[in-house]
Amino acid sequence: MEILLSQLFNGLSGGSILLLAALGLALTFGQMGVINMAHGEFIMAGAYTAFVVQNLLGDAGLSLLVSLPAAFVVGGLLGLALEALLLRRMYHRPLDTLLVTFGVSLVLQQLARDVFGTAGVDVAAPEWLSGPVEVFGVAFPKTRLFILVLAIVAVVVLSALLAFTPLGRRIRATVQNRSLAESSGISTRRTDRITFFVGSGLAGVAGVALTLMGSISSNLGTNYIVDAFLVVVVGGVGQIKGAVIAAFVLGVAQSWIEYSTTASIAKVVVLALIVAFLQARPQGIFVVRTRSLV
Amino acid sequence: MNISLARRLVAVATVSAMGLLVGCGARVSDDPSTGAAGAGCVDTSGSSVKIGFLNSRSGTMAISENTVYNSLKLAADQINAAGGVAGKQLAIVAEDGASEPTTFAEKAEKLIRGDCVAAVFGGWTSSSRKAMLPVFESNNALLFYPVQYEGLESSKNIFYTGATTNQQIVPALDYLKEKGAKSLFLVGSDYVFPQTANKIIKAYAKANGIEVKGEEYAPLGHTDFSTIVSKVKAADADAVFNTLNGDSNVAFFKEYKNAGLTADAMPVLSVSIAEEEVGGIGVGNIVGQPVAWNYYQTIDSAQNKKFVADFKAAYGPTKVTSDPMEAAYTSLYLWKGMVEKAKSFAVADIQKAAGGVTFDAPEGKVTVNGENHHIAKTALIGKIGQDGLIHTDWTSGKPIEPDPYLKSYPWATGLSG
Repeated sequence: MEILLSQLFNGLSGGSILLLAALGLALTFGQMGVINMAHGEFIMAGAYTAFVVQNLLGDAGLSLLVSLPAAFVVGGLLGLALEALLLRRMYHRPLDTLLVTFGVSLVLQQLARDVFGTAGVDVAAPEWLSGPVEVFGVAFPKTRLFILVLAIVAVVVLSALLAFTPLGRRIRATVQNRSLAESSGISTRRTDRITFFVGSGLAGVAGVALTLMGSISSNLGTNYIVDAFLVVVVGGVGQIKGAVIAAFVLGVAQSWIEYSTTASIAKVVVLALIVAFLQARPQGIFVVRTRSLV
Repeated sequence: MNISLARRLVAVATVSAMGLLVGCGARVSDDPSTGAAGAGCVDTSGSSVKIGFLNSRSGTMAISENTVYNSLKLAADQINAAGGVAGKQLAIVAEDGASEPTTFAEKAEKLIRGDCVAAVFGGWTSSSRKAMLPVFESNNALLFYPVQYEGLESSKNIFYTGATTNQQIVPALDYLKEKGAKSLFLVGSDYVFPQTANKIIKAYAKANGIEVKGEEYAPLGHTDFSTIVSKVKAADADAVFNTLNGDSNVAFFKEYKNAGLTADAMPVLSVSIAEEEVGGIGVGNIVGQPVAWNYYQTIDSAQNKKFVADFKAAYGPTKVTSDPMEAAYTSLYLWKGMVEKAKSFAVADIQKAAGGVTFDAPEGKVTVNGENHHIAKTALIGKIGQDGLIHTDWTSGKPIEPDPYLKSYPWATGLSG
């Protein structure tokens, strides 16, 4: 029973980490169709932002709370720069985008090495997040609870933004039919830029969360980028709720299979399941139905 | 001590194929005037002699191997300032292994045949060493390899100045046994070094009445240790033996602490975490945990104080020194000792003279074993302190003779087969 509960929690927690890493991507890749290989480096930038903020402020608790919005802005600005300088010249050229953003990711990694050194750095977790909470004899690490809550908050805020605000309506309209949206007076250029800002900002937030879990070094992003793309593809391109379900299903599957086998086998099995699933349902869990002909 | 078996096999295959090609196309390099010199074209007639440094200056291993390069450079500068080796100044030819075993093999070939160096120093991962081995053997040249590794190897063309298993893993187990550990949990990265190490650990445990409660491997670069830590916690062993490599250690120790586990309740003994890595893990996440090496920056000896001071003077006051760096530094001095004892730069003469060559290294006195080309080293178990440095907690007292095939340990029969 305890094992059951703790593994379920581990799965949900793993899912929430995947979700945070993938949420921004769900917006930029899912909604806008931009394959941004530098998304992982925006996550890395968020993690380094947390490191810089902690060194400036000293206090671990305060710096975590300051880091979250700071990393959102840093990630967002990086995204905005990428969009304005490179991507907007190559919408509808997905292969070029892939190569260019991959190049940008290499540049950002080298930049991180030059600025912060090749050795990993440490961001201390605040005292109120250290250690576990015991419920029914099961220990839940507080950092993982924090990330779970953060992921849920991020999803709720993003969904509300898309569903209830004028900006959200413009984003959805642009996604569903770009030319029709344009002819109804929506500035799709501006909408693209804001969408990219928000999506990249979410990557920054994910980076701050990841400082609680793992190492902070120049290859932080590469550890997560593939999983993040998997979540978006399995969830169904163009859907936030698809990404949410996919992240949690993959997280729980990984931790359950890992418990009865090993970490390496679990990775292989989960990947095989994804391949099999996409064979049967190439469009992912959810499909956006639009009236456009393409 | 690194990288997967598959890659290693591919690397070895590629290198063997390449060796054939190069072998056929190479110019005749055996200069009759140098006679016995195995590498053939080494020029020792002038006032200087060329040596090769082969480290990954780019790629994923650069972070570790740059520090080894720096220590080698420091040793070379010191030796040159003190008059050189047998009166000859050292001229360094540095090459980048680029974290690729095949590149290591290519550059080794280039250093031996193209640059005609007298000896090559470097390599870190076991895959890079295994890739270079046939190159050094077929050219009858010399490699000095400075990193602890999984043992079960001994080439007459390689000198191993890092620890083999009976100088690191076996003493670590002795230490845990002495501290009263009756059960162990094994956690490692999924590749050759941890798998081999764990085979040895299980054989030791069986012979010493220690129960192995679990054995878990994580893929290299694994970032989520919640399930593995759950298993460790549920198994409730007396200690954890950790052979994880790289970034995974950070995620593992953060998870370990957050799950409420401590160094007092269940110590985690690591064999791949040195002074360099502590900063990235965060001192608070790992303080009090034991590690096993043969050298720490905190060793209190005149030789070490000088080494640390010289290193900081050359590369900056915040730099730390670690076991592989010290082993690299020592390797150059050992080669100097061998050359001066042999009164020759020729490979055959050095091989003959190597046995018994000693050096008062920062880690203490080390002696070359002429049979297996490893060196006798003192094993030290250290604990990570609040200052981020490692402080010796237990020592084997005297240098341990290297035994890469564990032949002198009755419980290990069958491991090397």
